[in-house]
Amino acid sequence: MKAYLHRRYRFSASHRLHSDQMSEEENRATYGKCNNPHGHGHNYVLEVTVSGQVDPNGMICNLVDLDGCVQREVVTLFDLENLNNRPEFANSVPTTENLCTVIYDILKRKFSAAHLERVRLEETMKNSFEISS
Amino acid sequence: MLYLTRKAEFAASHYYHNPELSPEENRRLFGKCNNPNGHGHNYVLEVTVKGEVDPRSGFVVDLKQLKEIMNHEVLDAMDHRFLNKEVPEFSSRIPTTENLAIAIWNRLAPKLTTARLHRVRVYENHDLFVDFYGESS
Repeated sequence: MKAYLHRRYRFSASHRLHSDQMSEEENRATYGKCNNPHGHGHNYVLEVTVSGQVDPNGMICNLVDLDGCVQREVVTLFDLENLNNRPEFANSVPTTENLCTVIYDILKRKFSAAHLERVRLEETMKNSFEISS
Repeated sequence: MLYLTRKAEFAASHYYHNPELSPEENRRLFGKCNNPNGHGHNYVLEVTVKGEVDPRSGFVVDLKQLKEIMNHEVLDAMDHRFLNKEVPEFSSRIPTTENLAIAIWNRLAPKLTTARLHRVRVYENHDLFVDFYGESS
């Protein structure tokens, strides 16, 4: 029987939203406070949803495997880092949309024990972004 | 079509053990959750039903009736219980959150008459929850 499992993780990182393709004025107009040259930070909450048949052990997948993969492949990359300095954002602006996409692509490649349904990323209590398969 | 969700909380204990596996395999697979003395959670249950709004009552479902079904089928059976020992479904199945969502679905679905069950969501804690949409999903 197919079920969906949701797991939440946390990491904190800083970023500055700034595009080299825009003028200083355009950057300020587009990104507002987020364009502050010194950057600012968030406590991100990452919600990963996987799906699959429930096996005889009562599991969609072993949580230890999922936790290990997300921790190793995602959380350690970004936790307590400046996202602008990360190679993933060498050519893109570290908006939460782009961060969500990067995380989805990593997990799609690295986690195979269950089907990756959705990656949802909360930037604040008010803002969240999600990508579904 | 309209969807209505009702929440309930219950506290229960459980442990994970597959009798077909060796003690070592059980420990490796389930880790701390294999402790036979059990451990507990404050589960949060979200039951979502769907249906058309009754033009006379303005209801998708009689909330009092839904609450009574949830109380009777889930809370009376599972609140402050040891799931492995006191809930019959788990004499042959491991009471993981996945199986708990399926068991709750199977208890509620036949009891609902006016609205149909859409989703059972069970939070084991704030950071881990399971959705089940029925066998046909």
